[in-house]
Amino acid sequence: MRKQVTEADVRHVAALARLGLDAARIPALARELDAILDHMTVLSRVKTEDVQPVTGVGAGGTPLRADDGEQYPLAGDRAAFAPAMRDGFFLVPRLASHGGSAGAGGPATGAAPADEPRAPGGGTS
Amino acid sequence: MSPTPLLGRTAAALAEAVAAGVLPAGDVVRASLDRARAVGAGPEWLNAVLWTDADAALEEAARLDAAPGADLPRPLAGVPVVVKDNIATHRLPTTCGSRMLEGYVSPYEATAVARLRAAGAVLVGKGNMDEFAMGSSTEHSAYGATRNPIDPARVPGGSSGGSAAAVAAGVVPIALGSETGGSVRQPAAFCGVVGIKPTYGRVSRHGLVAYASSLDQIGVLAATVDDAALALEVIAGRDPLDATSADHPVPRLRPVDAPDGDAARPLAALSVGVPREYFPPSLEPRMRARLDRAVDHLRELGATVRDVSLPHTALAVPTYYVLAPAEASSNLARFDGVRYGRRIAGDGVQATYERTRSQGFGPEVTRRILLGTYVLSAGYHEAYYRKAQEVRALIALDFANVFADVDVLFTPTTPTLAFPLGAVSDPYEMYLSDVFTATANLAGVPAMSVPVGRVDGLPVGGQLIAPYFGEPVMLRVAAALERALGEEAHR
Amino acid sequence: MSAPAAPASRAWADRYEMVVGLEVHVQLATATKLFCNCPTTFAAPPNANTCPVCLALPGTLPTLNAHAVELAVRAALALGCTVHPLSVFARKNYFYPDLPKGYQISQFDRPLATGGQVAIGESPEGAPLVAAVTRVHLEEDAGRSIHDRFDDATAVDLNRAGVPLIEIVGEPDLRSSAEAGAYLRVVRQVVQYVGASAANMEEGSLRVDANVSTRRRGDTGLGTKVEIKNMNSFSAVERALEVEFARQCALREARRPIAQQTMLWDATSETVRPARSKEDSHDYRYFADPDLPPLVLTSEWIEARRAALPELPAARRARLREQFALGGRETEVLTGDPRLADYFESVARVHGDARAAANWVLRDVLAAMNDAGLSLAEFELRVRPADLAALLDLVRDGSLSHTAGARVFAAMVRTGEPPSRIVEREGLRQVTDDAQLGAWVDAVLAAHADEVRRFAAGERKLQGFLVGQVMKRSGGTADPRRVTALLLERVDGR
Repeated sequence: MRKQVTEADVRHVAALARLGLDAARIPALARELDAILDHMTVLSRVKTEDVQPVTGVGAGGTPLRADDGEQYPLAGDRAAFAPAMRDGFFLVPRLASHGGSAGAGGPATGAAPADEPRAPGGGTS
Repeated sequence: MSPTPLLGRTAAALAEAVAAGVLPAGDVVRASLDRARAVGAGPEWLNAVLWTDADAALEEAARLDAAPGADLPRPLAGVPVVVKDNIATHRLPTTCGSRMLEGYVSPYEATAVARLRAAGAVLVGKGNMDEFAMGSSTEHSAYGATRNPIDPARVPGGSSGGSAAAVAAGVVPIALGSETGGSVRQPAAFCGVVGIKPTYGRVSRHGLVAYASSLDQIGVLAATVDDAALALEVIAGRDPLDATSADHPVPRLRPVDAPDGDAARPLAALSVGVPREYFPPSLEPRMRARLDRAVDHLRELGATVRDVSLPHTALAVPTYYVLAPAEASSNLARFDGVRYGRRIAGDGVQATYERTRSQGFGPEVTRRILLGTYVLSAGYHEAYYRKAQEVRALIALDFANVFADVDVLFTPTTPTLAFPLGAVSDPYEMYLSDVFTATANLAGVPAMSVPVGRVDGLPVGGQLIAPYFGEPVMLRVAAALERALGEEAHR
Repeated sequence: MSAPAAPASRAWADRYEMVVGLEVHVQLATATKLFCNCPTTFAAPPNANTCPVCLALPGTLPTLNAHAVELAVRAALALGCTVHPLSVFARKNYFYPDLPKGYQISQFDRPLATGGQVAIGESPEGAPLVAAVTRVHLEEDAGRSIHDRFDDATAVDLNRAGVPLIEIVGEPDLRSSAEAGAYLRVVRQVVQYVGASAANMEEGSLRVDANVSTRRRGDTGLGTKVEIKNMNSFSAVERALEVEFARQCALREARRPIAQQTMLWDATSETVRPARSKEDSHDYRYFADPDLPPLVLTSEWIEARRAALPELPAARRARLREQFALGGRETEVLTGDPRLADYFESVARVHGDARAAANWVLRDVLAAMNDAGLSLAEFELRVRPADLAALLDLVRDGSLSHTAGARVFAAMVRTGEPPSRIVEREGLRQVTDDAQLGAWVDAVLAAHADEVRRFAAGERKLQGFLVGQVMKRSGGTADPRRVTALLLERVDGR
């Protein structure tokens, strides 16, 4: 049977989605999501053994683009839409507690501040 | 009554006159701006149009009037258009009805918009919408709800409510909207106008802010079938910038009347299927009566009408509300305050993400992102997401099977008439508005809504659904029905 | 090639063994990015190589680079993989400032290729050692977050975001740091050979993550896997594996658990330290990217790519050994750079004597490149293979002595002139005329009477000195064999 959506579930999923929910909203959200998912249980009763899932409407394979051509244009400077830029870089706030970094400018992204774990392009799971 | 046409003419007729040099584009655009003022199209009343730049629009019209360009085909010369606010335009903001993109002006333009402009159309405003296209009433816009011009105490439908209202109020003859689960057809039905969702892949998605990529399509709203076909002809066609756009030639969609065949029975060679699952006992009886009358017209026009079945119809809403939020949760991850849009800074980057996103997204968007993330997450992916993909294939198969027997389907567009503002607060109840429309998005087939009558003054929409790339037959049937109904469609 | 374990791990080598699988990311040598037309040029100003697509502006969509597919397929075939006619792009969802879309387009369930192998050497018994490749798939690179450029913020440069990568995932078949090093060197060479990538760790076009576990020798199960990142060279990889192996063995000896975690290599202190990560940070919620229909390749197309592959390093080494009777070490050096092997083969074919060609290429050419700081391409502009072959011809037919040959070679490198012109101009043609040779010999005998006396009395090793003096007087043009004969005649009366 379907597992009920708990407040812990909502917190977990909100963290995955970086949604920063107000704690007061979580109980109501858990109830709402649970009610919505209740309507989906009908799907579990449908026989689908012989069905190929639809992975994208549109046949023939993805078209291939030639490895040349003009860079797609931007009307105006990136700074026009960027919240914060300096010297051509996008700026992102750093942890106030992060003091002087060990970041190397090399091919790796450099050591990240302690709270900024990254999982760069690597690994298949 | 039907929307009062600008300067008494359809878009096609306006464009002909402007292209022939007998009607200045400036006159047309001015008429549109005047009409917008007269009906209160902006925040002052209807709140259908969020952003407008009258000076720029008039300058554009003046440029058209001054330019020779006589040898260029300009099928939409001087025609004012409204574009839904989730479609990228130069100059006017593209906010998607969200605080997240407040004030954001796209540095590139959607392919569909570029094609409209190349055809001579003049952008006069951006249409209000449910935030990030998630909604069926336009009440979820961060910039306030839009009122239905037919009855301002009611919703215009959603999520393309602003575009539908702009056409219904006669501000523009043509507007662009977007569809994911019915967001062009449902507001078209609620507002008494024509709304088309093309075959998936028929119109480029380059520049359409993605909600659910495998379901999204740009759609067209217009006062007449012919004008809608004209707009679709202009924007359709393969785009190398969209890998999902179909390599399928765009046929001539106009004139929508087949010249050959018996003028009295133009649909004699066609068969129309009426799927029983779309006519449940719960359908409002007077709506049912108007739809039945439309079916009678189809018979009188010569069509063979058959009872058919699309057995998996009831699964459409649960399937849609697993798949669409799942894709949305991924598509909306880019809104993080780093490169564009509103940023609410916090201590460090993770805190910035959380504050930006919690304050930038409204409650419905938040709900769907949570839902989508949940159904994709470890432990639930197989049971929900993968299962829904499989059921989706069954829904598509229903259509493939039925189109072996009939040429088009006729159904109601919506289960109810336009409801009052604020009347529907339960999320799932709102989702049920999509019960008759979401199937076509899930299958990828083209569908459209045409006005078939009024109940208590509120419009009733009849839906036509055709096979893949079946827009020509769909438009033929729609045009014949429109002509047969005449003013009955708006009474 | 079970190499002796490095000092740090020798103590544990008997009881435990190291089990390593490597993930190698290789940047493909395309002109534009994987999903947009932005250039992939190195060292462009920050964010100059970005556009609406790779900036992930609202409404943008990916379009797949044909050449990236070509290069990826070449690399996969060269690694012995099966290339699949249908593969699917998938979204790997996570949040990071240098990941503009909030997801990376990669491949998950249905990758481009699976099942290859890398030959890493021979066991002590002479059996070939092979490490299996699990899969090769296409994905886009992320941008760069720079934490130390500004005091008050992190700087994000998205020039690298969207650059095409292949990820080569190896089975945990490696059993020592030396094997790991060998594996990496072979993989690098293969992708360079097929032109897929420059594969240069220093420049970032090749990156390595290692998965390391340990187990008692004789066990067949796999222990807890620890991932190591941030190694910037092959030797760093080898060193890091040793350090981690020692760490895990120490834990095992102390009967303490080995936590599954990600570690970062710190090159300065030569240690591995944990990278703090949230428990839930690895739910990537993979699903097939709806913006990209599957990649469909016909089997004809794939076979055409296989047929067009250049001769791969191992095959070339074997052919060079057979065809030119070269030794293993020589073929290794030559095939280290395919163009060096090309150069050698051109010289060998024109001159005809492969041994002479090999000696000169491996010794004199490499030394000259080194001394003058020339790349092979630069060297080849000055000393074309035909020129070197002509020089070797002159030495073989006696027109030039070896010493003179070396002088001419040096001049060729300096001036880029053909040998014939240099020989004529500097009068270096080998002198074989007995009259002239005799005159020089007599002069040397006169100038070094003491050495001559000692030589005649029995210090035969002074022959080298005396002949050398004649060579010097002749400016290197004397025929050393004839000089020796004339010298012995005069001294020994023969």
